[in-house]
Order: sequence, then structure tokens, then C-alpha cells
Amino acid sequence: MGLRISCKEASRLISQGMDRRLSLAEGIALRLHVRICNACTRFTSQVKFLRRALKAYPGPDDPEER
Amino acid sequence: MLMSSESSAPSPLELERHRPYLLRFALLQLRERSAAEDAVQDTLLAAIQGAARFAGQSSVRTWLVGILKHKIIDGIRKISREQPLDARAEGDGAEDLEAFFAGDGHFAESPEQWGSPERSLEERRFFEALERCLQALPKNTARAFTLREVMGLQTEEICKELGVSTSNCWVMLYRARMSLRACLERTWFLSGAARVE
Repeated sequence: MGLRISCKEASRLISQGMDRRLSLAEGIALRLHVRICNACTRFTSQVKFLRRALKAYPGPDDPEER
Repeated sequence: MLMSSESSAPSPLELERHRPYLLRFALLQLRERSAAEDAVQDTLLAAIQGAARFAGQSSVRTWLVGILKHKIIDGIRKISREQPLDARAEGDGAEDLEAFFAGDGHFAESPEQWGSPERSLEERRFFEALERCLQALPKNTARAFTLREVMGLQTEEICKELGVSTSNCWVMLYRARMSLRACLERTWFLSGAARVE
């Protein structure tokens, strides 16, 4: 893997990084990309938020259903 | 409605009231009605038999969902054993994901600012939006994502349960995240439904 990657490759690595340990080269390429890319910075925090949301799922009880 | 504040064991009738909710929860993850009905039935039976063990520290519903999660994993296992592989291998091609990107590899539509998303976790309506987005995922992609993010299984276990290759699994999880992210952005965060300030 080259050091210059696109958002397409970066987003795939961001996702896989949540499921496996990335290789050193992958990790470096990803960090270099995210540092200069707003879209992928947002993407990273949003998929992390998704994880928290699914952990919290099904969410607050309906008061009348308790 | 009656709260069992006296920490008494919930009655079968009280447990039964939760059936529609549990069914919706199970259906979203199993994506097959008969499997979902079985999982809920097993859950309610287990709950009736174990009602004395209900500690009263959480709501009855939270307790039931805890039991149901185990039954859902059993159900997914069963579906994977019974269905032929080609019905399950949704991760083989990632062609559908091309649509998210322009020809040069940039996002076709760049992710937007979500404001303070944590607030959404306190809103019932947010989880309803999330459910609608989950509903739109292909079946096995939804199952893989559920096993990973709701049940917290490791990827290797998920591939084993679903009987698909590891790379197939990663593509499904990637697809789920891409789709859900875009769906929540469209239907919740930018729709004016979320309180941002």
C-alpha cells in the first residue's frame, strides 16, 4: 500500500480498524490522510458514534412500557 | 402503568405485554419473522421460568432484552446453518459501495457536521430513526453488524457464525457503517429532527 490513499481507501481502513488491528503501513497511510482530510475526520468520529449508539440500542424505555 | 416497585417477580401477564416490542427488536436483527418469533417465545419462556431471578435493578424490558440477545445469536446461528452460502454472501462484491465515491476516490457527498450527536442517545425518536436505517440494510449485512455492534462479538466469531470468509465479513461491516452513517445523516442529523444547537 502506498502512503497516499484516497477517501475511498481511507474509509475502508477506518471501518476495518474497528474490527481488526491495521498493519503499520495501513496505520501510517491512514493517519497521513485523515490529518489533511475533513471528510474522513468526520467519518471517523461518526462511525465511532455509531458504535456507541448501537451499544445504547434499544435506547431509553418508553415510560409507559416500563 | 404498574411499576413492580416492590421488587416482586414480574407476572407472566406483565412479561407478555413486552412481546410486540421484543418482536420488533428481534426482527430487525434476525430479519426473518419465524426466527424472530421463535427467539421471542424462547425469551418469554425463559423469563417466566426465571422470573424469581429478576433483580429489579433494571426495567423488566431491559432484563428481557438481555435474555433476547442470547436467543438472537442462537437464531442467527440456525439461519446460517440452514441457508445456502450464496444467499448469505452479501460481502463478496463491494460494487454497491462505489456509489458513495466519485471517480477520483473522494466522497461523492462529504460527511456533514453532526452537531452534538451524544444528545440523540437520550431520545427515543433517534433510535426509531436508527431502526429504520437498519431495516434498509441487506439481511446478512444487518446480521453481521448486529453481531458486531449490538452483541459485541469479534470479527472471527462473526465470520464463523455466518459461515462467510473474513474479507467478506469486513466488507459487510464496512457496507453497514457506510449505509447507516449516510442514512442517519439524511434522516436524522440534517433532517431537522435532531436537536443540535
